[in-house]
Amino acid sequence: MWRFVLSRALQSLVALAILSVVVFVLARATGDPLHLILPANATAEDFANAREYLGLDRPLHEQYLRFVANAARGDFGMSIRARRPVIELIGDRLPYSLKLAGFSMAVSLALAFPLGIIAAVRKGTALDRFAQVVSVLGQSLPTFWVGIVLIEVVAGRLQWFPAGEAGGFSHYILPGFTLGWFVVAGLMRLLRSAMLEVLDSDYVKMARIKGVAERRVIWRHALKNALIPVITFAGIYFAILVTTAIVVETVFAWPGMGRLTYEAIAGRDFPVIQAVVLVTAVIVAGVNLCVDCLYALIDPRIRYAR
Amino acid sequence: MRAESPVSAPADVAAAPDAAPASAHAAGRWPIISSLIIAVFVLVALLAPVLTPADPYAQSLRTRLKPPVWEEGGTWSRPLGTDRLGRDVLSRVILGARISLAVGVLTVFLAGAIGATVGLTAGYYGGRVDAILMRATDATLSFPVILLALILATTVGPSFANVVVAVAVILWARYARVIRGEVLSLMERDFIAQARIAGCSGWRIITRHLFPNTLNTLVVLLTLQVGYVIIVEASLSFLGAGIPPPTPAWGSMIAEGRDYITSAWWVSLFPGLAILLVVLAFNLFGDWLRDTLDPKLRQV
Repeated sequence: MWRFVLSRALQSLVALAILSVVVFVLARATGDPLHLILPANATAEDFANAREYLGLDRPLHEQYLRFVANAARGDFGMSIRARRPVIELIGDRLPYSLKLAGFSMAVSLALAFPLGIIAAVRKGTALDRFAQVVSVLGQSLPTFWVGIVLIEVVAGRLQWFPAGEAGGFSHYILPGFTLGWFVVAGLMRLLRSAMLEVLDSDYVKMARIKGVAERRVIWRHALKNALIPVITFAGIYFAILVTTAIVVETVFAWPGMGRLTYEAIAGRDFPVIQAVVLVTAVIVAGVNLCVDCLYALIDPRIRYAR
Repeated sequence: MRAESPVSAPADVAAAPDAAPASAHAAGRWPIISSLIIAVFVLVALLAPVLTPADPYAQSLRTRLKPPVWEEGGTWSRPLGTDRLGRDVLSRVILGARISLAVGVLTVFLAGAIGATVGLTAGYYGGRVDAILMRATDATLSFPVILLALILATTVGPSFANVVVAVAVILWARYARVIRGEVLSLMERDFIAQARIAGCSGWRIITRHLFPNTLNTLVVLLTLQVGYVIIVEASLSFLGAGIPPPTPAWGSMIAEGRDYITSAWWVSLFPGLAILLVVLAFNLFGDWLRDTLDPKLRQV
């Protein structure tokens, strides 16, 4: 078990190291950041001074090592646009993103679980078909368009909920739903097929023959095993949630990491881009590691496989 | 992500969230509606220059934000209304089909080619080659697609080719994982052993024996991913990192209409409906194809 966790952790570290190189190189490929920092009438001498001051005249590998060493201490430099330390910007925005993602995840789970289970148990009924329509639509609707339509219809015409900007609980409803919609569809479909497979297995048949109550068969015997493939994809769902958040936060003017990412990329604010990508990657890797551990914990086949 | 776990069989990977929605289609019955929608979109894309009722780029500020024909003030010459620069929405949606389909098809082919090569190589050679290639695959799989595509698209500049490359650079990993799984099971079969005994070279076994046997899976995956790529391209264009204006990509049309959503809803609504229709059709068709060609990939 520990060997498994350790090897996964090591893999994540290697992936993060490769990513940090990619991010570093890409950020420098965006063009000379000095053109954005210095005023339009800056002289060649100003450029040379600024380059030396910011350490941009050093060899690339030296710049990279300094970048990594600083990043490890949480120092990502100054934002070119906001003229504030990047870590402060992230500190401001991250809580909003976590709250929105948490809300959206809770809603998704609350919708996907009952729907997925009922669809599998009542296979072929109207409810099952409804669940399938939800799932097909969920994977075919562009998130940003759903957001815009919701803003126009629910917030604009019906005036039921506010359209975006952070605030009280009601502000979470539209962006949370938009963000969770895709996850609901995927999760529900996955749970439905996993349940169907398990319900068809020999040990469930055996449990039924033994006369175990149907409710117990579904909740104790089937669901526990159907959860394995669902957990397998929890990490992927999280990565999807993080990227979808870029679009959703932009549409709903939500002051989170997603919008910060978008603003940084649009404004070529490369210290922020680097920081945002790395912080996101660390969070995604961390979640994936937790998922792996959980996975090994509930499925003994993984633990003893190596 | 979970590389060697015994349960993460190819079927699991194919069922990745953005792979395919389960459908009510019974295997064997030709999905008329979805194939019809795809055929219409393909025809529209091919014949776009002939079909557009007006020049999709022609601006006319005097007729800006005109409503569709059934609304008050609409005219038949601009059936779906005009955008903020007075350009015909219908013509732009029609030309947009060409862009979306081209990005979708080219990207899945590029990603499929890279993925299949990696999957075949890793599965055939095994050992260290497999370990290295699969680590790279896992690292790519676990990274948020749109985020990396966004960075790539903005650093190298938004353009048609860059969108295709940026998305393919990340998407190949899904193909690699599934094809490798397929190859691993093929390697156990007698005909591969016999080909080896007959003295076939590695190249010949891969191209003549393994590749043809993974084609069904590949075709299913390609179809299932076209819809996903169209959505990713639309999202990138929406964020301003996809196809640059004035080219009418559906995503950027929705973005342009966003500011007028309360007064001129048609500018954003119709490109959105077009995305929904074509992606839905590809997902349903891909589902049917999977049930028919490659039931192993099916979860149910």
